[in-house]
Amino acid sequence: MRDVAIVAFAQSDCVRDAGARNEVELIMPVLQEVYKQTGINSAQDVDFTCSGSCDYQQGAAFAFVAGVDALGAVPPIKESHVEMDAAWALYESWLKIQMGQAESALIYGFGKSSPGELPIVLSQQLDPYYLAPLWVDTIAFAAMQARVMLEQGLITEAEMAEVVARSRQNASNNPHAQLKGDVSVDELLAEPEYESPLRRHDCCPISDGACAMIICTVEKAKEWGKPYAVIKGIDHRIETHHIGSRDLTQSISTKQAAEAAGVAQGPVDIAELYAPFSHQEIILRRALNLSDDTKVNPSGGVLAGNVMMASGLSRIGEVAMRLINGEGKRGVAHATSGPCLQQNLVTVLEAQ
Amino acid sequence: MAQLAAVVGVGQTKYKTKRGDVSIAGLVREAAQNALNDAQLTWDDIDAVILGKAPDMFEGVIMPELYLTDALGCNGKPMLRVHTAGSVGGSTAIVAASYVQSGVFKRILTVSFEKQSESNAMWALSNPQPFSPHLNAGAGGYFAPIIREYMRRSNAPYDAGIKVAVKDRLHGAKNPLAHLQLPEITMKEVEDSPMLWEPLRFLEACPSSDGACAMVIANEDLAEQSPGKPAWIRGAAMRSEPTMYAGREQVNPQAGRDCAKDVYKQAGIDNPRKDLDCAEVYVPFSWYEPMWLENLGFAEEGKGWELTMSGATSLLEGGDIPWNCSGGVLSSNPIGASGMIRFAEAAQQVRGEAGDHQVDGAKTALGHAYGGGAQFYSMWVVSSEKH
Repeated sequence: MRDVAIVAFAQSDCVRDAGARNEVELIMPVLQEVYKQTGINSAQDVDFTCSGSCDYQQGAAFAFVAGVDALGAVPPIKESHVEMDAAWALYESWLKIQMGQAESALIYGFGKSSPGELPIVLSQQLDPYYLAPLWVDTIAFAAMQARVMLEQGLITEAEMAEVVARSRQNASNNPHAQLKGDVSVDELLAEPEYESPLRRHDCCPISDGACAMIICTVEKAKEWGKPYAVIKGIDHRIETHHIGSRDLTQSISTKQAAEAAGVAQGPVDIAELYAPFSHQEIILRRALNLSDDTKVNPSGGVLAGNVMMASGLSRIGEVAMRLINGEGKRGVAHATSGPCLQQNLVTVLEAQ
Repeated sequence: MAQLAAVVGVGQTKYKTKRGDVSIAGLVREAAQNALNDAQLTWDDIDAVILGKAPDMFEGVIMPELYLTDALGCNGKPMLRVHTAGSVGGSTAIVAASYVQSGVFKRILTVSFEKQSESNAMWALSNPQPFSPHLNAGAGGYFAPIIREYMRRSNAPYDAGIKVAVKDRLHGAKNPLAHLQLPEITMKEVEDSPMLWEPLRFLEACPSSDGACAMVIANEDLAEQSPGKPAWIRGAAMRSEPTMYAGREQVNPQAGRDCAKDVYKQAGIDNPRKDLDCAEVYVPFSWYEPMWLENLGFAEEGKGWELTMSGATSLLEGGDIPWNCSGGVLSSNPIGASGMIRFAEAAQQVRGEAGDHQVDGAKTALGHAYGGGAQFYSMWVVSSEKH
């Protein structure tokens, strides 16, 4: 596989409620920002465009169609959409570059979760015959997972709180973060339980926002004359939907994707993990076999702000920008979808 | 450089109003298993699954690929979910092909479905969105004014749509999987059916169907070893334009013209009417046949209806360029799958596997899908010949 360069990345602030701003208004600023970083004018200047979003956040069929309005797709463009996190839109674009049908691509993801009750809305992504009628929400599922881990002695509540404390502290340097600040493990553990054993801070916040990225061949990146990081490996895997058939204490599909993407082929300086719940960061660190030397979630991760459908792509963008800025040589980014980490995508990136 | 890829297996379900005999998982499993059987493969032979369907609100299941992982034998494999409105079945096939054409995967399964009986597409398409005018019109109400404009510009006879409605249903009667089985349908019957959205009558509109379609796509080596005849993918293209913009040509959209030009160039097609043996084109409302005949370059602008009326697009009348021999979307419409059915039926024609609706000696065929406000396009050209 050829290396693919990430030349631009932008993300909006994670905000709890974007108010009257619609999806196009959320997307436009991040598109403008990546055009500026790349030195191009519009989506007309790339060979392919792909986005990720979810109709149910907007509560309307074809929610992504309005997104096309943000692109200036006149004359018509080569464009596609996944009903997934935009990290998978990146994957689709990466394939297009691998097959030689595109030299460059624009990827964006957006989500406005504020109009609905996201955890309950997402309960409708469960098996419609056996699980969805129970309205088990995402937090309840994650709580069961954390409970299993605590009972098996695989984690402690203090370790979960440590994840949160580090996220808030790291987020202090992230202008886009929604939750940040210095909190001690003791302070966190003194908080009441929310959905036992999870406390509110163990759960990611709900955010509105968008992010965008431009990728291209290495040749094109040189032509554009912009700094870049390269995707050395990328893979995604899914596992059974049935919670009862899975060992919830580990993430098999993350391990499989990590192996295929080549995570173990070198030291990992930086990792951004899409862990919407504190204990899931621990599961993912173990699945990726990250050492103590790896700086995990330097942005604060999604516990500091979680734009559904954009957060996965943002993890990849965060790592790429840090590598470009010289914060490390090699990084790993992870994206997830589905209840209790059912589906996972792993990207290995390198600085140039 | 893109690797060669070919369709080596096709599987479809029977299309009908309500498949009460199967769950959503059962429906996709049936199509997928049929595709594997056709290719003489097993689940272990598949490297990845690419799933497409139209809006999740049609069944009320968010990202159903998560739940369908088990039914599609995808545990431990990559799963991707495409959604590009009505064109999604075609787009999904194109994305699926790119898994192989990129050289990253050897053989993949692609599936698309809709179980329209789980919900009401008219409702799902019409719920109000903030900051937008509320249409409450469904797809037919949206397209009817555009069709009227086509009729005005082209001076087409009032019954060109009726002719298409009859022709595609007679084709569908040759396809045992088609939802509507109307071997006795007449022009008068269509004309007498209730007017839904002027000028579209009830029998000029597609049905609401449950159904799924699947294909196995393999790289050159594996396709050559395949027991059946492969349908080589000679070109694939997608185009999008916004729903509305000042000066937008809605009758003959530029995105469709550009997409056709792109796919023809890849496949070495100069004259689509001459160089293609047949086409499976997304015609959910009768009048879209003459309109797409023009948009896709089979006829000059304003002359598409002449081809239709002459019988050129009819298999039964011995037309030189039969369109929708399977019966098309007018005979079966599981929305999310409808585009893939066009792509798969084109493949079946060049594989010589189209049964009673086979075009004799078909070598090269076009599969076409469109969606949204006639703004998203996906097309591929498949051939029995590699080059």
